[in-house]
Amino acid sequence: MITGRFFASGADRRVLATILVLLAAAVLVPVLNLAVPQTSMFHVPTFMVALVGKYLCYAMLALALDLVWGYCGILSLGHGAFFALGGYAMGMYLMRQIGDRGVYGNPILPDFMVFLNWKELPWFWYGFDQFWFAALMVVLVPGALAFAFGWFAFRSRVTGVYLSIITQALTYALLLAFFRNDMGFGGNNGLTDFKDILGFNVQAGSTRSALFAASAVALALAVYVTWRIVGSKFGKLMISVRDAESRTRFLGWRPENIKLFAFTVSAVMAGIAGALFVPQVGIINPGEFDPSNSIEVVVWTAVGGRGTIVGPIIGALLVNTGKSYFTGALPDLWLFALGGLFVCVTLFLPRGVLGLWDQLRERSERRRTEADAPPPGDAPAIVRATPPAQAEPRGLGAATPEPQPAE
Amino acid sequence: MGRKGGTILYLDGVSVSFDGFRAINNLSLVLDRGEMRAIIGPNGAGKTTMMDIVTGKTRPDAGEVFFDGSVDLTRHDEADIATMGIGRKFQKPTVFEGHTVEDNLVLSLKGPRSIFPALFHRRSAEENRRIDEILAVTRLETKRSDMAASLSHGQKQWLEIGMLLAQDPKLLLVDEPVAGMTDAETAETARLLKDIARTHSVIVVEHDMHFVRELGVKVTCLHEGSVLSEGSLDHVSSDPRVIEVYLGR
Repeated sequence: MITGRFFASGADRRVLATILVLLAAAVLVPVLNLAVPQTSMFHVPTFMVALVGKYLCYAMLALALDLVWGYCGILSLGHGAFFALGGYAMGMYLMRQIGDRGVYGNPILPDFMVFLNWKELPWFWYGFDQFWFAALMVVLVPGALAFAFGWFAFRSRVTGVYLSIITQALTYALLLAFFRNDMGFGGNNGLTDFKDILGFNVQAGSTRSALFAASAVALALAVYVTWRIVGSKFGKLMISVRDAESRTRFLGWRPENIKLFAFTVSAVMAGIAGALFVPQVGIINPGEFDPSNSIEVVVWTAVGGRGTIVGPIIGALLVNTGKSYFTGALPDLWLFALGGLFVCVTLFLPRGVLGLWDQLRERSERRRTEADAPPPGDAPAIVRATPPAQAEPRGLGAATPEPQPAE
Repeated sequence: MGRKGGTILYLDGVSVSFDGFRAINNLSLVLDRGEMRAIIGPNGAGKTTMMDIVTGKTRPDAGEVFFDGSVDLTRHDEADIATMGIGRKFQKPTVFEGHTVEDNLVLSLKGPRSIFPALFHRRSAEENRRIDEILAVTRLETKRSDMAASLSHGQKQWLEIGMLLAQDPKLLLVDEPVAGMTDAETAETARLLKDIARTHSVIVVEHDMHFVRELGVKVTCLHEGSVLSEGSLDHVSSDPRVIEVYLGR
């Protein structure tokens, strides 16, 4: 209990700090962008606001993946699908907001439908002129898909690499479906040319700042929710399912329900991230369903450190900053760098950047304790506060957890 | 039905085969309420498969499996059977290595097994008392906050038995509880199981004859998926067929 609380307080402090930083950014960045004159060195340029806002959405997607992969052991290679579905729901709202300002000036039909010679709005576009309806769909569509998918997959006890392959197939199938023009989602070109969101011009600096703030707050909220879930008895069950699924089953729990809940919550989170992403980048197209996108999310999470709440956020920010730099400076090398990064992290940093940081700090702390050399019996609190390296990582690490078969 | 009344576990004519191999062959076994039974038998005799059938992991091809006189176990799955009151300890100690000893017990404690109660669970005084009790019985009080991964092999076995106790089952299936234990630990485990048997029905599968002797209970010897001999340990071990099976011909 004491260890639990002591140790938790270390991780908890990190989570709280993250939430505070995000909330502070939600306030500060818009102020620095809008209120500080461009000549000032404190001014945050608008392109920067949009860029970091986009990264925050990616971070939320990585956090969603971490909930299922890091804590529940479900390696989803299709989380981009939920992100994209949330994005499409938002995109449909934004399309309907264009109204008669489109190229063809049709007050109801989006341009691509006029172009395809469609006479009326397909039924599944109804309601998307209302923001509340679109917001509901952002949550419902990814959630329902994840629930239906998980219901069948987990119930038939598909696990491990087979499950990963199916999730990959899921996003690929959606990619192909959304590419078709007669699906009614803009086909190849997707949805773009947005004008307004809630009556504000999406291109305006103030709207971009507001979207940034919304992303930061949403991410902070996602961190909080994940933290509460992970800290509850249910969170412990997720870890149990990850480490010894059949033991959990023989204790009377239903691992399929535990996974289903985690997977659905995670998909909803990914959908919200996608919905915040679309107005900031101004486009959503079937490319977002590309399996390689989903794999990139796995890389972010692994780099940051899976099974930690803060790690995936750091990973997403780091890798995407790297991507922005590389694709500008050495565009040909980016994919090699990404692949190399994943190999290195898998081989040398099984617990990601955050795990490395913990390890270094633990080592220096141990050295300090040894230097001060209190007799071991005298300082149980200190010893307990930093449990032995080999005991704790099992819970979090990627190196050790070879899930235990029950027999 | 008459014969089933009063029994905690009733297997009659159970058979199961995997790819043509008959792992269990017309097995019949009856365990009375409150009884402790030791099951011995050479490798491949079907001991673990029998446990798989009782706990719902494997469905028998034929035969009846009844729990508590009236519950047909072949119609339920693992989680159902576990909540009905059959606890199982695996051959290889299986505990949640990433959790503390205490959390291992918290997750095992009898109680609602659905998602939302688990999300909003708050530990009650009653639960704390149960955990203290189990830690005392399994002699793991000092390990309470240690990661289960850091326990010794024997301590993991005990923790797993403790997790069974936390479930408060009516019947415990214990698969090779003393494999890999020192003599002192083995004696300790025998004491623990005898203690448990006072209030529970128990089936122990074990190879270690000293241990079985220490338990001092009725013994069933399995061979090639059916009962070869049954009775006191002395009776079973002097049975010429048992000797033949164990020593070869």
